Amino acid sequence: MNFMESVRIAMRSLSANKLRSSLTMLGIIIGVTAVIAMLSIGRGAQAAITNQINSIGTNLLYIRPGAPVQNGVRAAEGSAATLTMEDGTAISSVSNVVAVAPEVDSFGQMAYMGNNTNGRIVGVTPDYLNALNGSVADGDFVSSSNVTARSAVAVLGAGVAQTLFDTGEPVGQSIRINGQQFRVIGVMTAQGGTGFLNQDNQVFVPITTAMSRLSRGGRFGAGNSVQVLNVKITGPSAQTQVIQDISQILDQRHHVVQDDFTIQSQQDILNTASQVTGTLTIFLGGVAAISLIVGGIGIMNIMLVSVTERTREIGIRKAVGARKRDILAQFLTEATILSLSGGIIGIILGALIARLISGIQLGSSSISTVVDPDAVILAVLFSAGVGLFFGSYPASRAAGLHPIDALRYE
Amino acid sequence: MPPVLQPVIQIEDVKKIYKMGEVEVPALNGVSFQIMTGEMVAIIEPSGSGKSTLMNIIGCLDTPTSGKYILDGVDVSKLTDDQQAGIRNKKIGFVFQQFNLLARTPALDQVELPMVYAGAPDRRQRALAALESVGLKERVHHRPNELSGGQQQRVAIARALVTNPSIILADEPTGNLDSKSGAEIINIFKTLNRDRGLTVILVTHDPTIAAQAQRTIRVRDGLVVNNGN
Repeated sequence: MNFMESVRIAMRSLSANKLRSSLTMLGIIIGVTAVIAMLSIGRGAQAAITNQINSIGTNLLYIRPGAPVQNGVRAAEGSAATLTMEDGTAISSVSNVVAVAPEVDSFGQMAYMGNNTNGRIVGVTPDYLNALNGSVADGDFVSSSNVTARSAVAVLGAGVAQTLFDTGEPVGQSIRINGQQFRVIGVMTAQGGTGFLNQDNQVFVPITTAMSRLSRGGRFGAGNSVQVLNVKITGPSAQTQVIQDISQILDQRHHVVQDDFTIQSQQDILNTASQVTGTLTIFLGGVAAISLIVGGIGIMNIMLVSVTERTREIGIRKAVGARKRDILAQFLTEATILSLSGGIIGIILGALIARLISGIQLGSSSISTVVDPDAVILAVLFSAGVGLFFGSYPASRAAGLHPIDALRYE
Repeated sequence: MPPVLQPVIQIEDVKKIYKMGEVEVPALNGVSFQIMTGEMVAIIEPSGSGKSTLMNIIGCLDTPTSGKYILDGVDVSKLTDDQQAGIRNKKIGFVFQQFNLLARTPALDQVELPMVYAGAPDRRQRALAALESVGLKERVHHRPNELSGGQQQRVAIARALVTNPSIILADEPTGNLDSKSGAEIINIFKTLNRDRGLTVILVTHDPTIAAQAQRTIRVRDGLVVNNGN
C-alpha cells in the first residue's frame, strides 16, 4: 500500500466522522494558535527593543569610570570619579570619532503648578543631540553658552512635557526640578521605548548646571567628573580601532597601566537585550506548547476510541491481506493528518490573533507582534510530531489486533 | 474440469488445541483431507467450535497446533502474521456470513481493497469486471446500506474473486439471507465453479446448502467422519 492510498483511506474515515474529527483537531488548533501568538508577541518585544536600541544609534560607545578600590574594597562599577570633561575633549581628537557627549545623571522630581512627575535628570552638552540621535520638537536644545553660564534651563522629554503641561505650551514656562527653578527652553521629539529604555521620561539640563546646582543629595559626580562619555563613531568597522585609541589616551591621561574605565558598545547592550527577550520568547512558547501536548492527548484518546470502534473494519482489512504495517500506516496517517491540518489552521489563526493584538496599548507602550517563519516551521513540525507520537500507541494497538478476534468483534 | 486433478488443499493430521488458562480445549483432533483444484466442496459440521476453527485454519487466519497444511503447494502451517496476510491476500477469497463489507464505502472500493494491499495494477477495471461477473454492474457506486443483503453478499463475492485466488472460502454465505437470495448466491458460486474452474469451499451446518456441492466433508467432534469420496 503506498502513501497516497493511506492518505485517501485516512481522509475518508476522517470525513465520515466530521464532528469528532474537528473537535479533535480543535485541541491542536488551540495549541498551535497559542504557540504562534505567544511566539509572535515574544518576537515582537524582541524586535521592539532592538529597534529602540538601534534608534539611539549602533555607532555609539559608552565610556564609564571603573570601580574605585579603597582598602581593598571594590565599590560599584561606574562610581569612581576619574572620568572628566577634559577626557571627553581629549577623546574627540581620535580619528573616526564623530562626537563626544559627556553626561551626568540623576533621578528627581519635576513639578509645574499642580502637576509633578519623576524622571531622569541628565546633564548634557550640545553634542548630546548629535551623539544620541535626538531631535528637538519645539524650542532649542542646551547650547554651549548655557553650559558656560551654568544656566538654569531645561529641555523636557516628550513624556515629561505631556505630564506637566498636557496640551499647554511648555517653552518659556518655569518648572521646578528637585525644588529649584528652571526655565523650559525646549521639548524633545517623542522617541518611545519601554521601561528602563523610556527615552521620553527625562529632562536635559546643561552639564555644568547639573554639577553645580543639582549635585547635592544626587549622585552627580564631584568636581568636573562625569558618569558617562557617549562617543559617536563613524561606523561599526572603526569600532575596534577607536576603542584601542581611546583606551590608550585615557590610560595616559589617568597615569594608569590597567584601565580604570570600561568601554561598552551599543552592540553589547543589544546582545544582552536580545538574550533577555529570547528567554522571554522561549518561556511564552513553552507555556503555549503545553496546550499543544494536551491537544495531542486528545488525539490519542480519540484514536483509541476509533480503533475500538473500527475493530471490525481492521478485521476485514486484515482478512483481505492487510499486513501489520498497512494498518499501522493507516492509523498513523489519520492521526498525523488530524494534527497537521489542525496545526496549519492554528498557524493561520495564530497569525490572525497576532495581527489583531498588535498595536493594543498597554500603559505607555503598545504590543507589537512578529510572526517568524521559523516559528511557523517549528509549529508545523511540532504538530506533525504530536500526531505521530500520540497516534503511535493507538495505531500499534490496531496493527496488533488478531484478525479472528477483530472479525468476531460486535 | 482438468483431466489431471491437482490437490489445492492438503490437510494432514491437523490438530488445534486452545488453552483456556490451565485447561486445554481440543477443537480439532487430527483432521486430514484433500481438496482438488476446481472442486466445489462443502464442509459440514453440525455444531461446535470445530467448524470455525477449521475455517480459520483453511483461511490462514490461524495456524494449527500440529499437523501440516499445504495450500497450493505452499506449506502454510507455520507462518508469521504478515506472511499469513500475504497468503490471504493472494490465494484466498473470503465470503462471510455477515458479509463483512466496510461501512460507508462504495462497492467499487470494497472490491478494490484486496488489490490495494497487493499493490496490483488496473484495479478499477478488474474491480468493475468482478462486479459485473456477479451481476452488480449497475450498483458499483452504491454503499452497503443502499444494497440488499443478497447484493451485499455479491459485492463480497466480487471482492473474494477479484484477486484470482486459489480458493474461495465461504463461511455460511447464505446464513443471513432469505431463501431466494440464498439460492442466488449458491448459483453464483456454482457458475463461478463451472465456468471459471474456481475452487469453492462452503463451510456450513445446513445439509441443504451442502447438498449443492459436488462433495461433502463431514466433521464431528474435531474429526472427519466422512470425506465424501
